[in-house]
Amino acid sequence: MKMQSDLGRVRGLGSAKSGSSHWWTQRVTAAANLPLGIWFILSILAGHTADYDAVHAWLSSYFHSTMMILMIVSVAVHFTHGLQVVIEDYVHNRKAEVISLMLIKAVAAFLSVAAIVSVLRIVFAGA
Amino acid sequence: MVEFNLPANSVVKEGKSFSAPADAKNVRSFKIYRFDPDSGDNPRTDTYDIDLDKCGPMVLDALIKIKNEIDATLTFRRSCREGICGSCAMNIDGRNTLACLKPIEDIKGEVKIYPLPHMPVVKDLVPDLSQPYAQLASIEPWLKADSPTPPDGERLQSREERAKLDGLWECILCFSCSTACPSYWWNSDRYLGPAVLLQAYRWLADSRDEYTGERLDALEDPFRLYRCHTIMNCTNTCPKGLNPALAITEIKKMIAERRA
Repeated sequence: MKMQSDLGRVRGLGSAKSGSSHWWTQRVTAAANLPLGIWFILSILAGHTADYDAVHAWLSSYFHSTMMILMIVSVAVHFTHGLQVVIEDYVHNRKAEVISLMLIKAVAAFLSVAAIVSVLRIVFAGA
Repeated sequence: MVEFNLPANSVVKEGKSFSAPADAKNVRSFKIYRFDPDSGDNPRTDTYDIDLDKCGPMVLDALIKIKNEIDATLTFRRSCREGICGSCAMNIDGRNTLACLKPIEDIKGEVKIYPLPHMPVVKDLVPDLSQPYAQLASIEPWLKADSPTPPDGERLQSREERAKLDGLWECILCFSCSTACPSYWWNSDRYLGPAVLLQAYRWLADSRDEYTGERLDALEDPFRLYRCHTIMNCTNTCPKGLNPALAITEIKKMIAERRA
């Protein structure tokens, strides 16, 4: 039986005194994704991804490889921040919540690092 | 996880029907949610046919007519009948509003009336608002200052400073907005909700209050404040025409401002 007062329950463990950097990062990466996305779409339309040699030449360039890595980081951060909010909103089983939060971060970290390594291999190793 | 199935005895069933007198010419049906947790029965919707020629213009007038003349067991809150007490907040025609400010004329066809969504129901149209009231108390909605009260007993405020409270002080705490907010539906145990956050901003915006920093400290929390995803249901539904979503954004801006 719970006899705690409503006010005691509402105050709970107190304020986490955080959340603003998560909120701000989500907005900054959203803003960054806009020019990066436009660059990416324009690059595809310009035929830079027509075949293997075209992609290779395109990604070997100093500017385009930098843009690609920036986009990978920005999208991965925005993706994990956004999905974290969705999970916190809807998953109310604490264990499932913590596991899924760690899982999305692990998946995003693996995919983004793998993508960055791939770009670097093209730039430096010429693979 | 998300609950997809309602508990067994919570499915709303078709209830009783009360027809209008035979000589009634201007008849309108009112379909009203009925629930008595003590009875153990499922909730039901009762239908009351009303002669609008013998009824006041607002939905609250119809509810009072039903209680007085047709079914005295119908339970709802009301007090001022002019949109200043916030008692008769309920879901009318799919939207949270005050029954006393909602003209029957504005609704096409059957008038469907339910209690404020996603709150425990005490009976019929009466929701249990203990949680939002406690959340309001938790933000300490009163002037807090360390400067001693001036000798003449009044803390002064310029016209411009006072103008910053417009659009905030008018809130009557009917909780139409909080109970229209999906974030509040899913996380009302930790998210404060638009009504309480608007009240929090009312004190943050007050030039006489000296506890802005402490107030922001208490609000800066992933759940208390940042569950707001700018869905805007609060602003859409507010029967007083206020903008809780803007107030919440202002709080977020204040927190962002003190970081850099």
